[in-house]
Amino acid sequence: MKKLLLLALFLANAPFLFAQDEEDLLSLLGEEEVTEYATASFKTNRVVNGHSIENTAAGVLDFKISHRFSPVRNGFYDIFGLDGATIRFGFDYGITDRLMVGVGRSSKEKIYDGFLKYKILRQSSGKKKMPITLSYLVDAQIKTVDFPEQDRENLFSSRLYYTHQLLIGRKFNERLSLQLMPTLLHRNLVESKSEKNDVLAMGVAGRIKLSKRVTLNAEYYYVLPDQINSIYTNVLSIGFDIETGGHVFQLHFTNSSDMTYKGFITETLEDWFYKTSDGKNMSGIRFGFNISRVFTIVKPKSIY
Amino acid sequence: MKNRIVILGVLLALGFSAQAQKYFTRDARVQFNSDTPVEKIEAVNKSGTSVLDTQTGRMDWKVLIKNFLFEKALMQEHFNENYMESTKYPNATFKGSITNLQDVNFAKDGTYKVTAKGAMTIHGVEQEITVPGTLTVGGGAVKVKADFVVKPADYKIDIPGVVRDNIAKEIAVTIDASLKPMGK
Repeated sequence: MKKLLLLALFLANAPFLFAQDEEDLLSLLGEEEVTEYATASFKTNRVVNGHSIENTAAGVLDFKISHRFSPVRNGFYDIFGLDGATIRFGFDYGITDRLMVGVGRSSKEKIYDGFLKYKILRQSSGKKKMPITLSYLVDAQIKTVDFPEQDRENLFSSRLYYTHQLLIGRKFNERLSLQLMPTLLHRNLVESKSEKNDVLAMGVAGRIKLSKRVTLNAEYYYVLPDQINSIYTNVLSIGFDIETGGHVFQLHFTNSSDMTYKGFITETLEDWFYKTSDGKNMSGIRFGFNISRVFTIVKPKSIY
Repeated sequence: MKNRIVILGVLLALGFSAQAQKYFTRDARVQFNSDTPVEKIEAVNKSGTSVLDTQTGRMDWKVLIKNFLFEKALMQEHFNENYMESTKYPNATFKGSITNLQDVNFAKDGTYKVTAKGAMTIHGVEQEITVPGTLTVGGGAVKVKADFVVKPADYKIDIPGVVRDNIAKEIAVTIDASLKPMGK
């Protein structure tokens, strides 16, 4: 009987005794696995000239103003190219966190451009796993500069250029993000019969985070051979993103004076290290910048 | 014999009452405000988790940093990327206990003033803190409310010169949670 009593005593207090051993109260709830999406693969939605896998957030307006200057090769005569500039300004807007649109106007050839970018896949870990981010970009450009020959019949369609691009990217770690950009560019009018209306190019870009607020970016577009006039070359750009609160300053060196897809992919004239046969430096390296300023237009539906 | 059964009964009853009653939540509301003349910043997290042991007074909290929502998307990105480094330090935690448990009667509806003391970990830095708050017992739940101040500098959260006027030296944190009894 006594034994029974002791047993009862022990059993009755068992939960209390065991309770003493629970080191971590929260472990009682169990771990809930959540899907974690990769964020901030790039500081902004452009690498240098072309797009990055980042989107403008829903309800946010991103005002961009960009300049590309003349080549730095003339030195002090034109303050390393600062005397001559081509300008693009534009507005990007996030309709949802995955869909964004934008419009812009470039001074060179008086081009208007408009685009739509959609995030098809989002890199994530945890519950749902996805190794990459995949986006689709469609961009149209209208060249509105007067036709050089006013006398011949000029069609409006000759002003149009279209770009289709897939952006396949991955944030490998906090510092390194890389992306590939297979690109198809359609030009309604080309200069000569030997040139293709449809041009295929492959872009590669990446960024390395140097500090919390500064990244080093690089971007290169390779145009597959025998599609465009051989006087044109591929565009290579290297730059820094500097983020200060609501602004991102992108300062870079590039060999293109264009900020539209048809311009920097198919009409880049001067190489980084070009020398004429008599040894004259004709390097196309030029300084440029993009400044991005964001405004929250539509506040997220009740964060409260 | 009769006596023994009574003793057994009393012991059993004692045993069960001694069994720890725990309350928990997965949707605690944690809000913080940074108020400066230049900028007002507000963020809300509605998925804080907590377990309260009414027997021992122990209370643990965990908040996922990435779940703080801001009105400005870029602010949210910078909060995670630049200040909290949420990939490196995904959670903020508090492990502590109620110091005046004897003042609280979990069997009786009412509001009780309590003080919690323990270790707060934010941005990977642990600090001993004491937080005043209230427990409201009623309707089978325990409501927890607390207001306290967190100094970013205490948790080695680096705020650069350019935004020093935009971010308060003292961030006001508000906790509002309703804890339900935990199933056995």
